[in-house]
Amino acid sequence: MQMDNLNLNGNVPVGNLSEKWTKYRSTLPLVAPNNKRKIEIIVVGSGLAGASAAATLGELGYLVKCYTFHDSPRRAHSIAAQGGINAAKNYRNDGDSVFRLFYDTIKGGDYRSREANVYRLAEVSTSIIDQAVAQGVPFAREYGGLLDNRSFGGVQVSRTFYARGQTGQQLLLGAYQSLSRQIALGNVEMFTRHEMIELVLKDGKARGIIARNLLTGELEKHGAHAVVLATGGYGNVFYLSTNAMNCNVTAAWRAVTKGAFMANPCFTQIHPTCIPQMGEYQSKLTLMSESLRNDGRVWVPANTEDAKAIREGRKTALDIPENDRDYFLERRYPAFGNLVPRDVASRAAKTACDEGKGIVPTGLGVFLDFSAAIERYGKSKANILGLSNPSKAMIIELGEKIVEEKYGNLFEMYEKISGENPYKLPMKIYPAVHYTMGGLWVDYNLMTNIPGLFSIGESNFSDHGANRLGASALMQGLADGYFVLPYTIGTFLSEDIRKPKIDINVPEFAEAANLAKQRIEKLFAIKGKQSAESFHRRLGKIIWEYCGMSRTAEGLTLARQQVRSLRDEFYADLYLPGIASDLNPELEKALRVADFIDLGEVMVVDALNRNESCGGHFREEYQTPDGEALRRDDDFAYVAAWEFKGWNEDPILHKEMLHFENVELKTRSYK
Amino acid sequence: MLGLIGFKLIIMKLTLKIWRQSSPSEKGKFETYTLDNVSEHMSFLEMLDVLNEKLSFEQKIPIAFEHDCREGICGTCSLVINGQPHGPLQGTTTCQLHMRNFRDGETIVIEPYRAAAFPVFKDLAVDRSALDRIIQAGGFVSVSTGQAQDANAIPIEKDIASQAFDAATCIGCGACVAACPNSSAMLFTSAKVAHLALLPQGKVEAQKRVLNMVRQMDLENFGNCSNITACEAECPKGISVANIALMNREFLSASFSSKDA
Repeated sequence: MQMDNLNLNGNVPVGNLSEKWTKYRSTLPLVAPNNKRKIEIIVVGSGLAGASAAATLGELGYLVKCYTFHDSPRRAHSIAAQGGINAAKNYRNDGDSVFRLFYDTIKGGDYRSREANVYRLAEVSTSIIDQAVAQGVPFAREYGGLLDNRSFGGVQVSRTFYARGQTGQQLLLGAYQSLSRQIALGNVEMFTRHEMIELVLKDGKARGIIARNLLTGELEKHGAHAVVLATGGYGNVFYLSTNAMNCNVTAAWRAVTKGAFMANPCFTQIHPTCIPQMGEYQSKLTLMSESLRNDGRVWVPANTEDAKAIREGRKTALDIPENDRDYFLERRYPAFGNLVPRDVASRAAKTACDEGKGIVPTGLGVFLDFSAAIERYGKSKANILGLSNPSKAMIIELGEKIVEEKYGNLFEMYEKISGENPYKLPMKIYPAVHYTMGGLWVDYNLMTNIPGLFSIGESNFSDHGANRLGASALMQGLADGYFVLPYTIGTFLSEDIRKPKIDINVPEFAEAANLAKQRIEKLFAIKGKQSAESFHRRLGKIIWEYCGMSRTAEGLTLARQQVRSLRDEFYADLYLPGIASDLNPELEKALRVADFIDLGEVMVVDALNRNESCGGHFREEYQTPDGEALRRDDDFAYVAAWEFKGWNEDPILHKEMLHFENVELKTRSYK
Repeated sequence: MLGLIGFKLIIMKLTLKIWRQSSPSEKGKFETYTLDNVSEHMSFLEMLDVLNEKLSFEQKIPIAFEHDCREGICGTCSLVINGQPHGPLQGTTTCQLHMRNFRDGETIVIEPYRAAAFPVFKDLAVDRSALDRIIQAGGFVSVSTGQAQDANAIPIEKDIASQAFDAATCIGCGACVAACPNSSAMLFTSAKVAHLALLPQGKVEAQKRVLNMVRQMDLENFGNCSNITACEAECPKGISVANIALMNREFLSASFSSKDA
């Protein structure tokens, strides 16, 4: 890392944007095959980024050790991604190109990401599709046998490859199978049911981890020449999110406590189309794919009386006549309508509910209505069938069939969860936390400010700025794992070829293990009355209320106090059942909640520092007269990377200034 | 059904008989619990969350059960509910099963998957790593990163791709094994064999793959298939037993013609 006072340098290679990666890749230091066999690499996480990196590093000949807290590497939450993966293949001949994908991603991220990283991402996107197809990933195809594409929010080309509504599953299984092959060959040693709970530094470099064996509770020491974190995002800081229940920030946060910087933690993505919360007991929220907004119209009743009647069960959506409905996205954003980007759609739904027009008992829900699409498709089908004067019932029957072909699995999932038939009644949706753009600060090599510690996939901050476009998360995870890290890790390792196997019998490992042991003992010693779950729920409420879809300086200041007092209460009144040397999910949860609390405070500090609105970060003080986000490029075109200084000091802000040489900074407009 | 609108929210009282086993070596037994305010909108696992929170309050050890995505795709959740893997609803994982599928006053029996190849760790959590080892034995295409040709170089007939997809949709939950009286893993193994054998990319290694995967399956103590097809009936993803027929064909032909047989 090069640090000039508090300014960070991303180590971006010089030269033309379009040539940077090719030139850099061709000149960066390599590790010879005979030396690779002596170098160990730890990969924590086995999702798209982790599995693809572990498999590829294994293929290259490194000795890889891969860790997951799951019982199998195939369980990682990448598996739940529905919609698709972008690639600048231009198979549709619709004018797509590497530059266009780069430009859309930079713009979609509201100009808060690093140009060179995003360009590289767009550049390698095409190889990902090739690789996945060669692995046997069954992407959707056309009748000619060639790959199909669809379009996604915020762009004007069709560049999204998909595998029904299960693209993440199929891509992860492809990476998992490649990883399995390397495990069988002995190139990767797989540690399932192991959770990283401490990072080990020696002479300032990352040289290993302490992993808790989740079955026995044993704290194991694992050494390597470099450590790669592929541990996903921290969306569960909100308690309720579309993340899997076990997604957590602990591995990344343990690195932060050892000096790694957390970049832009306040940049979180709230996805507009999720099934609303139904009760206090609820454990997670379920996403309904963005693709539904292609045919669904979002609305609330135009007057609050009707909304109240619906909330109280005195009326249903069908009782509200057409001219008493407010299709607020179509009204506010006529150019993009229901297909505005995620941050814009989410905020608009919140505004409608804040005005008292929410349509579920909690007041937090809007309609996503397919009746117009059903009628349109039905009429068109009737035409094709040559039916003259078809009855309304016939049109609807035909239309429902077409909608079923397109979205059948999603409609079924909705009905299972809500108990309502979305063909007859509009869906009820509300925004929910879905993805975190912020993460560990990394340079162009994807190395954090700790030498030898790398971060890939959602766990780093690098490519999505303040808002991620649909179908870009899978692209980034696999780009990092298959095509970027395996090269760039050589810049660090090539200096380490003489370093023998890392000895774990040195004081640094013992100290780290001891630290972990003390943290666990401390939690058991509290012997209070409240469960880890209950603290998590309360933390989530604070963060959602004050650091969610809209934020104010006043609210964030209050939130920081509340998080701090929640932390005091946690360490005074936590009840932890069971023992440390056993399978103990409550202990796992408590350790994770403790780290979420510390992250939560830094998120709030970051949101408070960023006196502008951009992407997913909307500060009410900074908006245009018609309520749109007001970016302040002169003062905030930087990455905010936070150095954690413990509970009693403010975190220190390090800035990486963002330089835009290839795009012009514009106000995003979807009107 | 009006569900979300909530004209009248149904609250249920339930008796739960749950398998408790503190370690792999201990002999487990059923314990009985009652819950009296279960909302019909809760998912089955949220109902267990509520029970665990209650046990925590009473300073008792919560029930260990495995779960993660809670949207029916990661394959982590399991459970045998009233004798059926993933419970009574067809095509549904335990995490997507909601309490409105049960009646007020009902007694629900919850136990772990029972199979020699899936030893119980604790309570309802079992070891399914045998399934990973079957994949490691051959459930992949041997292509290293960077070796791929252009994605559109080999057209694949839409119907074939779709058939491969139907097999590839397996989530590796192991319900097929739990459903089978022989504890056979044929449905799981055949789904991967079929997925890859149907595609041109997977054909090159097809013979070797099927022989190695079946060999591993036998080594892991899974039983044989006797065409009962309970696996298909209980599979939350609707994987067809036609895959087993396809695998048997592949296996036979490989046994006769492959050097690896």
